[in-house]
Amino acid sequence: MDKASLAERLGAPAPFGQSQFALTRGNAFEARVKADGGAELLRLAHEALDRGAEPPARARLPDLTATGPEGRAARTALALREATAEAGSWTLLDHPMLALEVAGSPAFLEPDAVVVHPDGRWTVVEIKSFPMLDGAADAAKVGAAARQAAVYVLALERVAAHLAGPPEGPAGAGAPRVRHRVLLVCPKDFSNLPAASAVDVRRQRAVTARQLARLTRVEDIAAALPEGVCFSPELPPEELTAAVEAVPAAYAPECLATCELAFHCRGRSRAAGAVTPLGRPVRAELGGLTTVDDVLAAARGEAGDPDDPVVAALRRAATLREQALREAAEVAACR
Amino acid sequence: MSLITTLAQLEAVRTGRAQPAATVRHRHLSAAPLVFVPLTTAGEAGAPLGALVGTDRDAPHLLVVPQPRDRDLRFGFLAELADVVLPYLEAYADAVEPAERTERDSGTGARVKVEVELCADAAQIVVPSRAGVEYVRLLGRSTRFRRTAEQDPQAPHPAPPRVPLLGRWLTHYGERARVPGSSLLLAMTDLLGRHWATGQSTLEDQHLGALLAWIDPPAGGTGAEAAHRAELAREDGQLLCPPAGPATDPAFDNKLLAPAIERYDRARLALAGAEDGLAADGLLRALTEAEREVRDLVESRTRPTWDAVWRGLELLRRLPEGARVEERWTRDRWSFTGHRDRVRSGEPPQPRRDDAVTAANKLAAREREQARLDAQEALDDPLVMAGRRLSGEAFAGEVVDVVMTYSEGRRPSPRPLVTVLTDDRPHLGERVKVYRSLGGRAQTAEFVEQAGDGVLVVRIVDKMGRGKEPEPGSVPEKGDPVCFTLFEHEQRGGARLPEPEDTPWTHGGPPGAEGAVAEAPDAPTEEDVL
Repeated sequence: MDKASLAERLGAPAPFGQSQFALTRGNAFEARVKADGGAELLRLAHEALDRGAEPPARARLPDLTATGPEGRAARTALALREATAEAGSWTLLDHPMLALEVAGSPAFLEPDAVVVHPDGRWTVVEIKSFPMLDGAADAAKVGAAARQAAVYVLALERVAAHLAGPPEGPAGAGAPRVRHRVLLVCPKDFSNLPAASAVDVRRQRAVTARQLARLTRVEDIAAALPEGVCFSPELPPEELTAAVEAVPAAYAPECLATCELAFHCRGRSRAAGAVTPLGRPVRAELGGLTTVDDVLAAARGEAGDPDDPVVAALRRAATLREQALREAAEVAACR
Repeated sequence: MSLITTLAQLEAVRTGRAQPAATVRHRHLSAAPLVFVPLTTAGEAGAPLGALVGTDRDAPHLLVVPQPRDRDLRFGFLAELADVVLPYLEAYADAVEPAERTERDSGTGARVKVEVELCADAAQIVVPSRAGVEYVRLLGRSTRFRRTAEQDPQAPHPAPPRVPLLGRWLTHYGERARVPGSSLLLAMTDLLGRHWATGQSTLEDQHLGALLAWIDPPAGGTGAEAAHRAELAREDGQLLCPPAGPATDPAFDNKLLAPAIERYDRARLALAGAEDGLAADGLLRALTEAEREVRDLVESRTRPTWDAVWRGLELLRRLPEGARVEERWTRDRWSFTGHRDRVRSGEPPQPRRDDAVTAANKLAAREREQARLDAQEALDDPLVMAGRRLSGEAFAGEVVDVVMTYSEGRRPSPRPLVTVLTDDRPHLGERVKVYRSLGGRAQTAEFVEQAGDGVLVVRIVDKMGRGKEPEPGSVPEKGDPVCFTLFEHEQRGGARLPEPEDTPWTHGGPPGAEGAVAEAPDAPTEEDVL
């Protein structure tokens, strides 16, 4: 489903987009890192992750082209198996295709690269164009890259389990292992020379695995919808709005950074008078009071149980606030 | 965030206007701040696109890099920026007043007073947002190691003369901005967010246009509507209220900026290939035209932000300055003077990474300043104090009884017992120290007992003079309003750290041979094409 065009039809277009300057720069950097048969990339992988291994002199670069994402995923799995069987040399998979089941339906993922080490273990490579300044990059961006890489690690683990699963493999060749340290490649300082750093994604991997396991299956969501609901952007906006309303959403300000429909959900959440649009911490602070009206009424003493600690604190806060503002106004009047 | 601010936010949602989150101004504002609105090129680190800068609201300097990937044009921008910023900084560096500083004598370790200069005022830079503060740091980092032709005649691409100096100052300002409560380099969104609570999340408050819309909505509309418009309204696909930067809107980059830069590139190429003077004349005109186009574009995206920053300053100036703001500004002046002295004594630029002792000192200073800021803001502002009272860190009330007692010992001193009637519920244990402000200084008392619901007895222990009878005015009287805090008003420094040359081996040892070598400039980048 194309959420971006859906959001546009709903009258709350997504704020996302990429500047062509950033795109050009990102592509140029990735091409540079992978140039020359990935020699530079493998050198960085050797240096940052696997110093004990043989330096990568002649790496294999299998061709991964195939038709359709399924075909490419199958081709990738095959290449991974071959590379793993042929231990002792380095292999670089450029833009492999991985499949991962998300909420009961398959999603296809395309990491920047996967490296197979001489010991047969696999490493996810993420190439980003934000700079690593004096050895440190923006923490928020590194975090986002780590979360992204963690999903690739999970998908690779599925492939690994699959390869090890059927008994046809050569006896004794245990399951190939996916390394939990991924290679993050960024431009060094203000140049476009690559610098690499190993990032441990165990925590992100665990979080993502848990979230994936807990996701409601798509069929269940679909089953909960009324018969005949359709999200086609060609529908008139009123019908479309009604269709989107049928899906429960829990908006929080964090959605703004990730979801195309966030502005639509925010509008609805605000219209409903919910407190969550002010932030999750605000929501958490207010206990059972979830709407602006409820909270203000409780603070003014018009509603709510005075024995409820949240209500009591609110009333106290309201009194103190009023006092302070009155005091300040008096001081201002004297001046 | 305290429940009191949350309530203010909810009131803002209800009324459609921002509500006060402070009753006084908690940051110093210079009489003539330098406003700096930079724009950067997407995807490039340290490739500025342009900026508006200046101290005159009606006459900003517009600086533009028509092709951000061209090194010479970039240096031209930085040189122009240095020509605006450095004279402004230097004007403050030259006006000094005598001051005293306590230093430790290196030989004996005794504390001695030294006569030094202190700049009478410091230069203040205001940027639109927190990202702008980071950008100032980044510009500082990208320029302070550059070499000029004078410093190094062999340098492949010498920087214009004053650019490395600009980098050192920007680095100092960027570093100082990390100290809580400092005002040398301020972000307008932080300033406004500190003093007003809006009906949106703190995440959305990072948008200067939307934040200002809540605080100062246009006549006849609510802040919520105006904020929504500022965030999202577009005309011909372009945002009506451009983002405060330094990042630009991708739609602007793709639809307007990229074609304009391309035209500029083509015009430059054509001029370079001109065959005779007559043709060159026309091509030069075309190039000037193309450059003007980029300039107009950059101005159209920075001018709204420029106006917004000044509008914000105007709103903030209406708030009376907090009583202890001046004291914190004096610390900023010391910081400014210290950097001036380091530059004048010919010290090398700030290193890429701090040594262990410097880093630990910086961290300790930030923690100390945070505690100082928390205490001072509460003492300056009843609304902030209300938050501390709500969380049980302070109590205010009326004195209902004063009983004089004396300490035991050869020379009995006054230890009056003061009974306070309060509605607050402070977290007090036996002999917990509490403090109140007495003529700007902190007077200490000890909690004695709770004599009933809301009746607290404390014993005052200092600031009553040397005599047997307390000095007049030093002990509250019956009927006086008092406010005691559980937190200290003055921050004591922690244990002293060793000098850098005495760094223990556990922390890398003294900065040795590699520290002595001046930091090398960054390698030239291949990105600088054309």
